[in-house]
Amino acid sequence: MALEPTPAPEKAIPPHVSPDGENLTLPPGSAIEQEATRRTRRSFIGLGLAGLAGVLGWRYLLNQPDAEGTPAPFRRVLDANGRLSAAYFRETRLAPEFAKSQGVRQVRTNGDAGLNSEIDLDAWRMVVQPYGGGKAQEFTLADIKALPRIEMTTQLKCIEGWSIIVNWAGARFADFLAKYPLASRSGQPIKDIAHPPADLAPYVSLVTPDEEYYVGLDMHSTIHPQTLLCYEINGQPLSLEHGAPLRLVTPLKYGIKHLKRIGTIAFVDQRPADYWAEQGYDWDAGH
Amino acid sequence: MKKLVEKHPLAIRWFHWVNFPVLALMIWSGLWIYWANDIYRLGWGTTTLYKFFPQSFYDATHLDHKLAQGMAWHFLLMWVFFLNGLLYVGYTLVSGEWRYLLPNRHSFREAIEVTLHDLGLRKAAPLVQKYNGAQRIAYTAVILMGLGSLLTGLSIYKPTQFGWLTQGLGGYEAARVEHFVLTIGYVLFFIVHVAQVGRAGWNNFRSMVAGFEIEEVPAGAASPRLAQREPDTQA
Repeated sequence: MALEPTPAPEKAIPPHVSPDGENLTLPPGSAIEQEATRRTRRSFIGLGLAGLAGVLGWRYLLNQPDAEGTPAPFRRVLDANGRLSAAYFRETRLAPEFAKSQGVRQVRTNGDAGLNSEIDLDAWRMVVQPYGGGKAQEFTLADIKALPRIEMTTQLKCIEGWSIIVNWAGARFADFLAKYPLASRSGQPIKDIAHPPADLAPYVSLVTPDEEYYVGLDMHSTIHPQTLLCYEINGQPLSLEHGAPLRLVTPLKYGIKHLKRIGTIAFVDQRPADYWAEQGYDWDAGH
Repeated sequence: MKKLVEKHPLAIRWFHWVNFPVLALMIWSGLWIYWANDIYRLGWGTTTLYKFFPQSFYDATHLDHKLAQGMAWHFLLMWVFFLNGLLYVGYTLVSGEWRYLLPNRHSFREAIEVTLHDLGLRKAAPLVQKYNGAQRIAYTAVILMGLGSLLTGLSIYKPTQFGWLTQGLGGYEAARVEHFVLTIGYVLFFIVHVAQVGRAGWNNFRSMVAGFEIEEVPAGAASPRLAQREPDTQA
């Protein structure tokens, strides 16, 4: 928008005393009184109708059938916002990292959906469904730990509005896909996250072993360098409450996407089911 | 002789009345969001003067347990708030209305005079153009607050992709506080604004709906304002 000065309106108003509070009764029946009445009536009726249209329009939006826990028009706007931020997304933009000493000692837990069934940590395997079908593959924690260990201290932001700085360690999801090329239809590995294979799956689904908790991620966020398959907090193996033996960590998303106790990962074409999105939250939930 | 004098252009009246319910719903849905982590208070150490918000406030307003709904409303209405604000600022620039709205070198002194007058401590009514100095400062400040809400809001909505903005505002936690403080600012603005509109009376209020104001015009003058003083003595 041009910020150059615009010419003054033709009839610039010089300083004067405000007419507020003066006796401004117009002569009854005069032409000017009739005009004032006519304009006043017309304007207030217009404002009233506009207000009514606004109320009815808003009620109409609210009464549309639900799409995943929120009226469909609101869901469409959330999704459009998600597409807009995906278009702006660059994998080179990193969430700020902090000194390890700034991390909290006691890491808050919030929610245990998907963690309430028995688990034998030694028998645990991460099951991965390759993109485009094919036999599911199983991975042990040792397989994940064999990948380069990445330590980062980032801010975990809960969708409720609080945040904590946490020291995490694990393997980059992108490094996992570089070694195990399961996310592209042609079976190509991700060598460079800035130039991933063209036939990469658009979405990733993560589910707990008991299938009680599940999240969906877009592929760009999944292969971001700060998205980890995490097995340590503050240098210690994950506790059960924090998602032992392996969980997702990504400062690109709210905490609701940081699925604990990974069971199955699948690479898919359609936006996967998401526990909180089904209850009316933004599916993208991205930062 | 009394005349109808044009005061508020139609566009400004539309922007004003669209903004009112939209900002109200933004604040309301913002409270639904804030409830999920309602940690702010006025106080120091262990002394709390006021907690945002006391249980009685939640009991009266029923704004608990609506986080998802609050975010859905907030992230739809933000577009209306943004576009309406952008059109308003664009219109004031193009139409020249900004000349009446931006504070000038007299505004600060005028604002003090207005305040003293309104408190009954000063007899002479202040001179106004379209707005007096206090109004110029308040109306310009509230537009800057709107910009501040957009920027602090964006910085907590997308703190990684707009990390430069979030860091510039002092970090994620600070930006959330700033976003909240601005909201409290709107509420305070609203209280003063409504009180002043009430004081000014019907003629003034009607001008924000119908556009005109009735003024006493000396015979022969085109407008009361032009009659009182030569133009451009202060502009």
